[in-house]
Amino acid sequence: MGRTLAEKVWDDHVVRRAEGEPDLLFIDLHLLHEVTSPQAFDGLRKSGRKVRRLDLTIATEDHNTPTLDIDKPIADPVSRIQLETLRKNAADFGVRLHPLGDVEQGVVHVVGPQLGLTQPGTTVVCGDSHTSTHGAFGALAFGIGTSQVEHVLATQTLPMSRPKTMAITVNGELPDGVTAKDLILAIIAKIGTGGGQGYVLEYRGEAIEKLSMESRMTICNMSIEAGARAGMIAPDETTFAYLQGRPHAPEGADWDAAVEYWKTLRTDEDAEFDAEVVIDATELAPFVTWGTNPGQGAPLSASVPDPASYEDASERFAAEKALEYMGLEAGQPLRSIKVDTVFVGSCTNGRIEDLRAAAEIVKDRKVADGVRMLVVPGSARVGLQAVSEGLDVVFKDAGAEWRHAGCSMCLGMNPDQLAPGERSASTSNRNFEGRQGKGGRTHLVSPQVAAATAVLGHLASPADLSAADTRTPAGV
Amino acid sequence: MEAFTTHTGRAVPLRRSNVDTDQIIPAHWLKKVTRDGFEDGLFEAWRKDASFVLNQPERQGATVLVAGPDFGTGSSREHAVWALQNYGFKAVISSRFADIFRGNSLKNGLLTVVLEQKIVDALMELAEKDPQAEITVDLVAREVRAEGVTASFELDENSRWRLLNGLDDISITLQNEADIAAYEAKRPVFKPQTIQI
Repeated sequence: MGRTLAEKVWDDHVVRRAEGEPDLLFIDLHLLHEVTSPQAFDGLRKSGRKVRRLDLTIATEDHNTPTLDIDKPIADPVSRIQLETLRKNAADFGVRLHPLGDVEQGVVHVVGPQLGLTQPGTTVVCGDSHTSTHGAFGALAFGIGTSQVEHVLATQTLPMSRPKTMAITVNGELPDGVTAKDLILAIIAKIGTGGGQGYVLEYRGEAIEKLSMESRMTICNMSIEAGARAGMIAPDETTFAYLQGRPHAPEGADWDAAVEYWKTLRTDEDAEFDAEVVIDATELAPFVTWGTNPGQGAPLSASVPDPASYEDASERFAAEKALEYMGLEAGQPLRSIKVDTVFVGSCTNGRIEDLRAAAEIVKDRKVADGVRMLVVPGSARVGLQAVSEGLDVVFKDAGAEWRHAGCSMCLGMNPDQLAPGERSASTSNRNFEGRQGKGGRTHLVSPQVAAATAVLGHLASPADLSAADTRTPAGV
Repeated sequence: MEAFTTHTGRAVPLRRSNVDTDQIIPAHWLKKVTRDGFEDGLFEAWRKDASFVLNQPERQGATVLVAGPDFGTGSSREHAVWALQNYGFKAVISSRFADIFRGNSLKNGLLTVVLEQKIVDALMELAEKDPQAEITVDLVAREVRAEGVTASFELDENSRWRLLNGLDDISITLQNEADIAAYEAKRPVFKPQTIQI
């Protein structure tokens, strides 16, 4: 019988297989950042171990880093200690590090792909659940805990039980104005936050094949919000074109050999998935969340659901709690929800295409009175590219704040946070209670919806802007 | 890792589904560079509410958490496990755990027990009705016992063996050093490298 993409990549990395034991998997790329690595390096020191494969390890600073005044000492002493700890660990053990201020610094899941380190058929791990992002290249990529970080540092392997596989087939084409973010939010709403538990998801079908690499990363990034550790997309010409010429992409004969291998990384016709979900792309529309988990979402044109409409008692209770926390009424149109803050950035939507999409919408328009719009590039390189295209000026002219790269308000470990009761439209990945700051309320949206929301001050799509004629002609 | 064989303790009923890792330990606690000192961050936001179950005097010293489905969703932060352990929890019972959280818990000796929802409901009711009721989580017999409840649970034999003996994963893996070296020797040359060695 044929094998799925995930099974092929898995099988190619089995170092040891024994009855009654998890497989021992080789790890091709280990990404590190400051938050989940200090205790792992401590463990290595205590046991007198070294990093086994420095040539497969790379670190950057992202979660704690400020997005303003990055040339000054970091104000928060606890954040500063954590960053200094990573710098000391990288120096002591010989790990390549891109610290704050370095041109290759950025959100770890933006940095790996842009350097060309994330490649088809590789295994990628990081002490961060959004490592699933790298699956967009046909890599088997998953988040790990700190004990596993230490394990990979010491052995370059992980004992893992073979996951089940689930196909998410998206037929047809996405309608105009509907993005990868809308699609993944709709998928999570359909299968639920636990729907992918125990599975590797493979996104396939016409709508997926037509997506750019950056959009594919948005999709795979949020696999974890459906409970799946990993999501994958088979590599194709789009993938190869993205990789060719990047700093760590193979060259010459190595490139040819790599592409030949990468072309074999497709689910065989006669392979069987353990589960399959089918989505009709043509029925989708801009999608936003109303609740406190990423599965609590609906089309922007809908209204806040009535918790009483849920048959399942636990879902009903969760919806009641969510509305209470979010300060929303059942039946209220989603478009009527006013926001205080708009955040464009994160490993979900902080790449150049995302910034271009948001800039196109706010160009010659103004961010609504009383709304703060924060634009945070996913990496220093993305920031430089945006500046070279003049996007920073577009954002600033519209009244938005243009910042330096980092995780920023996605999880509020740096000063970029919501105040209690403040409401945001955010292009990030989690709307958990307090995620963006204590008492903060988050609506997950695409960059396009974020930008339109910033202009109108309430949840909105770009189509609402044309109707409202908010654009000021140039020079006026 | 501390070994886990069997544990008996009073329970905390947490009647919520989708308890995510941001609730278990908020992000600002993740700036610490140690594995301890997270107990005050556990469920920090909810504990501000005086009526929250963890604040009730009769729940002090309880060591078994009984929670709704999909416990531990969200981030990969192992700090969530350390926070539960630092606070004093030895075991968590739910009908479903997020994959990464579960993996992290078993690597630290916090036993996460999966039981059918109706059994979790029975334990939840028991704990709500009688704060003094004790629950036994027996990894040797793979069984949970409480007044009126005896339920067996699944845990793969390998994880169980590691927990019962408190074994260090890295030491076990390094016994297969020859296999790792053999694999490394045959990796394709086109695979990416972060630095030239």
